[in-house]
Amino acid sequence: MSAAPTAQDATAPLDIDPQVHVEFLLQLGDDALILGHRLSEWCGKAPVLEEDIALANTALDLIGHAQMWLGYAAELEGAGRSADRLAFFRDPYDFRCCLLVQQPNGDFGQTIMRQFLFDTYHLALLRMLATGKGLVAHRSFPSADPRIAEIAAKAEKEVTYQQERSADLVIRLGDGSEESHRRMQATLDALWPFTRELTDRDPVRVAAAEARLIGDPGGLTPIWEHEVTKVLKAATLTPPDLSHFQSGGRDGRRHTEHLGHLLAVMQSLPRSHPDATW
Amino acid sequence: MYAQMVKSEATQDDPEKLAAFQARIDAGEKIEPKDWMPEGYRKTLIRQIGQHAHSEIVGQLPEGNWITRAPTLERKAILLAKVQDEAGHGLYLYCAAETLGVSRDEMTEMLLDGRMKYSSIFAYPTLTWADMGAVGWLVDGAAIMNQVPLQRTSFGPYARAMIRICKEESFHQRQGFDIMMKMCAGTPAQKRMAQDALNRFWFPALMMFGPSDAESKHSAQSMAWKIKMNSNDELRQKFVDQTVPQAEYLGLTVPDETLAWNEEKGGYDFAEPDWDEFFEVLKGNGPCSAERIATRQKAWDDGAWVREGLMAHAAKKRASQMAAE
Repeated sequence: MSAAPTAQDATAPLDIDPQVHVEFLLQLGDDALILGHRLSEWCGKAPVLEEDIALANTALDLIGHAQMWLGYAAELEGAGRSADRLAFFRDPYDFRCCLLVQQPNGDFGQTIMRQFLFDTYHLALLRMLATGKGLVAHRSFPSADPRIAEIAAKAEKEVTYQQERSADLVIRLGDGSEESHRRMQATLDALWPFTRELTDRDPVRVAAAEARLIGDPGGLTPIWEHEVTKVLKAATLTPPDLSHFQSGGRDGRRHTEHLGHLLAVMQSLPRSHPDATW
Repeated sequence: MYAQMVKSEATQDDPEKLAAFQARIDAGEKIEPKDWMPEGYRKTLIRQIGQHAHSEIVGQLPEGNWITRAPTLERKAILLAKVQDEAGHGLYLYCAAETLGVSRDEMTEMLLDGRMKYSSIFAYPTLTWADMGAVGWLVDGAAIMNQVPLQRTSFGPYARAMIRICKEESFHQRQGFDIMMKMCAGTPAQKRMAQDALNRFWFPALMMFGPSDAESKHSAQSMAWKIKMNSNDELRQKFVDQTVPQAEYLGLTVPDETLAWNEEKGGYDFAEPDWDEFFEVLKGNGPCSAERIATRQKAWDDGAWVREGLMAHAAKKRASQMAAE
């Protein structure tokens, strides 16, 4: 077993295609932005006041992450764009968010199930970037880009709490009343086809792994599966047995129809007044 | 204000106890939930704190209307933090009211069936991004006028909730004014939005303090009990005197042709809002009254299965714990 390289690598010059570097950051930033936006749609409408506060808080964390990832992406891109420019002036096909975060809020159960499935992946990813913690020991090192490791470490603290909360709610609603169980099972069935894309080894991630921006991206799948299986079991829920999963968000090849509507709302004001500062 | 036209309840308690109670208040003591209190004091406070709490909750909706369209990531984050604070204020206030023997669920039902009110200001629509500025600047500004003195109110839990709330409200007002400054220094379209927002929110903001004290039947008792600290007119005057120079600084015109500095009284003379409109809004006939309550009703109804599911899970847990013991 080779020793886990650490600080030395972090200071070594990065050998990476700048486009891969930016695309990798866009994947991180766009997931946070789109999910944060979705959660912000809940404002004032949650089933109990404490959940209103928690949803707004989660949205706030995610928008904060989006600012950091997209800000860094814009810097690396060097084209004079800012995080805001990336958020508000790109068209859908230039977004790199997974399909899961684009899914509509649905009922509270759907929002929470989407959150849990995403949080579990998100936490594993951030841990891998921040500390190198993964399954495969010889690929255990923090991101070779210290800036990525630093942002991930900050986000990880918040996402740890988010994941605990969403997992807890999935268990309580899954193993709750007959109706809550039925709804949670239905929403799990509906969202499951979008889960494989979360941990897929897409070309950008593979290239990022070669450049040591991320450890072993394949290692995310077993970590995610282990945690999700454990929680769903406690929630008395069963994932559907699928022959086919959806993808197309990570490279912008085929987004959902929902993304265009979301962006139409989110981008409307800056796009109507492109010369304004706010 | 967030609590308007709060009817104070008549009290038919033992005169000796009443006198002792009043003496405690006059001496500046805080009344705590387990202390003896006149029934009228308790009921009036439930109504007042409940109305304030409901205003925080309904007040999320006009701002939520723009969270999804905030023009920058920073503005979006600030607005999210603000509505999160407001939900938190609702929570402290419901807790303060609960110490008086009413549950949050009961108060929610009273809001939904019209037995309890929320501030008239939230029955008005937010139509442009500048409204987020105007709401922070004028609405939170007006709220602070009332809430700062309420930190000294006689009921302990209410006073303590106000101390926490006031800290956050001043940040809310500053962010509102900051939006207005950006808009007023911006493009002609932005400036137009800012003026339009002031035009629409000026009189509704003045209404927040409630009608003139001459017409307010309930003020005297509430002031004696120190659950109302200043008269409506006094606070309104203070608000106008503070706000007019800010509007001038922004380069905006207050939509009141009669507005003039009165040297003698050391304050502005200004036009009264349309009180008929105010009373209609309070009756539930504001531009967005029906929508606001319908939105809260839907949130309550749609959330029923979640609340029941969580209770069912808790019951299962209790049962399995008991079986294990």
